[in-house]
Amino acid sequence: MARSISRRRQIVVTLLAWAIGLAIFFPILWTILTSFKTEAEAIASPPSLFMFDWTLENYGEVQERSNYFRHFSNSVIISLGSTLLGLLIAIPAAWSMAFVPAKRTKDILMWMLSTKMLPPVGVLIPIYLLFRDTGLLDTRTGLVIVLTLVNLPIIIWMLFTYFREIPGEILEASRMDGAQLWDEIIYVLTPMAIPGIASTLLLNVILAWNEAFWTLNLTAAKAAPLTAFIASYSSPEGLFYAKLSAASTMAIAPILILGWFSQKQLVRGLTFGAVK
Amino acid sequence: MATTHSRVAARFMLSPAVLLLLAWMIVPLSMTIYFSFLRYNLLNPAIDAWAGWSNYEYFLTDPAFFAALTNTLLLVGGVLLITIIGGTLLALLLDQPIWGQGIVRILVLAPFFVMPTVSALVWKNMFMNPVNGLFAHAAKALGLQPFDFLAHAPLFSIILIVAWQWLPFAALILLTALQSMDQEQMDASEMDGAGPFSRFFYLVLPHLSRAITVVVLIQTIFLLSIFAEILVTTNGGPGYASTNITYLVYAQSLLQFDVGGGSAGGIIAVILANIVAIFLMRMIGKNLEA
Amino acid sequence: MNYFTRALMGASALSLLATGAMAEKITIATVNNGDMVRMQKLTDDFTAKNPGIELEWVTLEENILRQRVTTDIATKGGQYDVMTIGTYEVPIWAKQDWLVSLNDLPASYDMDDLLPAIRGGLTVGGELYAAPFYGESSMVMYRKDLMEKAGLEMPDAPTWDFIGKAARAMTDKDNEIYGVCLRGKAGWGENMALLTATANSFGAKWFDMDWKPQFDGDAWKNTLNFYIDLMNDAGPPGASSNGFNENLSLFQSGKCGMWIDATVAASFVTNPKDSQVADKVGFALAPDNGLGKRGNWLWAWSLAIPAGTQKQDAAKKFVEWATSKEYLALVAENEGWANVPPGTRTSLYENPEYAKIPFAKMTLDSINSADPNNPTVDPVPYVGVQFVAIPEFQGIATSVGQQFSAALAGTVSVDDALASAQSLTEREMKRAGYIK
Repeated sequence: MARSISRRRQIVVTLLAWAIGLAIFFPILWTILTSFKTEAEAIASPPSLFMFDWTLENYGEVQERSNYFRHFSNSVIISLGSTLLGLLIAIPAAWSMAFVPAKRTKDILMWMLSTKMLPPVGVLIPIYLLFRDTGLLDTRTGLVIVLTLVNLPIIIWMLFTYFREIPGEILEASRMDGAQLWDEIIYVLTPMAIPGIASTLLLNVILAWNEAFWTLNLTAAKAAPLTAFIASYSSPEGLFYAKLSAASTMAIAPILILGWFSQKQLVRGLTFGAVK
Repeated sequence: MATTHSRVAARFMLSPAVLLLLAWMIVPLSMTIYFSFLRYNLLNPAIDAWAGWSNYEYFLTDPAFFAALTNTLLLVGGVLLITIIGGTLLALLLDQPIWGQGIVRILVLAPFFVMPTVSALVWKNMFMNPVNGLFAHAAKALGLQPFDFLAHAPLFSIILIVAWQWLPFAALILLTALQSMDQEQMDASEMDGAGPFSRFFYLVLPHLSRAITVVVLIQTIFLLSIFAEILVTTNGGPGYASTNITYLVYAQSLLQFDVGGGSAGGIIAVILANIVAIFLMRMIGKNLEA
Repeated sequence: MNYFTRALMGASALSLLATGAMAEKITIATVNNGDMVRMQKLTDDFTAKNPGIELEWVTLEENILRQRVTTDIATKGGQYDVMTIGTYEVPIWAKQDWLVSLNDLPASYDMDDLLPAIRGGLTVGGELYAAPFYGESSMVMYRKDLMEKAGLEMPDAPTWDFIGKAARAMTDKDNEIYGVCLRGKAGWGENMALLTATANSFGAKWFDMDWKPQFDGDAWKNTLNFYIDLMNDAGPPGASSNGFNENLSLFQSGKCGMWIDATVAASFVTNPKDSQVADKVGFALAPDNGLGKRGNWLWAWSLAIPAGTQKQDAAKKFVEWATSKEYLALVAENEGWANVPPGTRTSLYENPEYAKIPFAKMTLDSINSADPNNPTVDPVPYVGVQFVAIPEFQGIATSVGQQFSAALAGTVSVDDALASAQSLTEREMKRAGYIK
């Protein structure tokens, strides 16, 4: 009896969850589908979900117009570069805050987060001038530096909350064994921290990939990532839903696929200390 | 507990991050403060005289300023409300035993990966457009007049778009928190005859409070500087209906190319953001105490 | 800091030396309009003729482009060697000495062939500071079939009264046919281009001879009332977020009876590949009110070279190629005469092949009838038909455009929109020092 109730309940819950999941995903699905339509079909009324003549011509046209692969590789280099550099700076910082807490640790952490509240537009001109004088305009190096700094507070915080979950006794024990600081980090801490580091890495690659203010304003041609690629489609002339969809799909597909494949890792560490 | 040695080492390890962020904050900020006291227009570089407080006065007396302030708060508040309520419900749902949970979770997570520019473009053109958008098609199929979202409910439309992007984030964190709940306690209270609602309010919600705090904090940081979505969909209009502070600063510095006024606006935005931050920390600081 | 800067400069100097031996690469910033995209595809012709010069394209949406190039040129960022700018920027930037004069282009370029109205707009103090890539005015594009169905006939030079009558007669909202599509999206280059040009034909103006804003006069009130009534009766839903591109989409999919907009659109709406109404489109001059001015604007997307570039010679070669007679012939050969960038050269309009294009004559007439030096019925202190060539204009007009867009959406009344426009313009003009 109880079994059948819970079975019926599972069916209802499953249907509900799937309906909501599909509804949330629908805009993305619709974009992907539209990218395979002709422009006329893209705005046809009533629209058809699957029954249309599938075509690849939009992708061809987008590729002909803009160098997708260069934008793509810039995006990869910039988001990965800034994340790795960020981790390099953040891991020691988060480690020290988590395991050698001082009176001011919490204040420092909150101050770091507050630097993220600086509205980027307000400081664009100063940064632009600095970049001009240092020759960093339109370079991937420049963007890596800026995005590292922009995301550093989030990286530190995420790592800090994750490190804090690691029981201190383990470190005590290793210290008793006379382990040095670096040994402690490399042999004891790191293995335990890998999930947290992995999910921090993933989250920050996503954030850096999608960052659209600095990447657009500090680049021209050489270092322009996919955010600049999409900016050239934001309002092209004439019927453009299908082409816009193709460009959109090309811009989000890599990160979407990465996100899906690494979903487990991402979720595992994405707690920001929310779990007690 | 910690030795002096490790304390020194800790300082040493913390300092690069602190110094870098300090530089990142101070260098542009002091340049911005300096500019905010100049009459400095990019298109008229010949004039750069000391302006005193006039840039601040000018920005604060802008007829759009007050509207922008309210819109900023509405935008942040609206998105937080939707994502936290929706996220909690979604987390509760996903916490149930369902078939294909992994796939559902993938579907729900997806909007978080989408570039803000892309999601704004897609929503604006393919859904909210009153002639060719999908909502218009649906309305017509039902015999209704299509609703012009971006003209008649611009701020709400933007809240909707942004909430769609952040809902997965909230749901995910809340779900992780939910999964760490003590199942025995839940079972026990069920035995005691507590209904699902009282269980939710007396057991689940208190357990989630920490996670909700985290969601509020992180989202607020990002939501205060929402910009791309507004630029792509409404350009802050009609009128000032969807202008927020960040957009106003943008208009001043990159439409007017008024660096002086824009810098003053930027400083005002920083001050406002810090006020919000202080409130936030006060409110939730307790929750985050380790 | 200083040391760091120097080290970096040294590093970049080294990299310059390293690349110096290779081909010279010029970076071109351009807008994502159809004609520019076409130019990108024809790049091979240029590189074949000019070995040693490589082209790097930065294609951006109009507003983003403007923001990027203006920031760059004003801070001397030096990221671009060729910039696509319009007739609004040229006089302002030339005055700041930001642009390289193009007067020394070779005789074969035949500068005298450029349309006088367009050339005039790009010349400051006798020096040409930008080469026109395409020129445009605005005109009426209408559906001949729908006009016939409504029992009306479009004159070559209609009045606003006729447009109003025809638009209402053509509208059939049940079948998604809207009598007239006009820009409503806020922006100085969007709704304010149309409204400023329209206002000229209603006898309105932005400023009087003392730079005092004029939105409190009856002329503006009549303009705005006419526009909003017309759009409410005969416009498409969501008009307040429609700009050029959105309206083009609507017209191409057969949802507009008339569309008053840029003359370059003519080649898009008559192109059977993109347009469902390609064979049903007629053209007429922009309307007037019998006051002596028509509501048509004048604009030229042009190529200019920033004064700071190290690659002036290569950049000049490119500008010459892209705006030459040969380029027009090249496009004609590849894509047909209808797709040639219009509105820049007299010789194009004298070409019998080109004269066969249905919109050729109307485009030329529209361009010739616009007069940026005397744009309004009454005298004004400024130059520019749909803009006022002062640096402050784009910011002011965008804010004013927001107000008018709100009035169109119905969230504020016409009177309130005009009152806000008046006060915010006055505020900005005082700040900029025009009004003492």
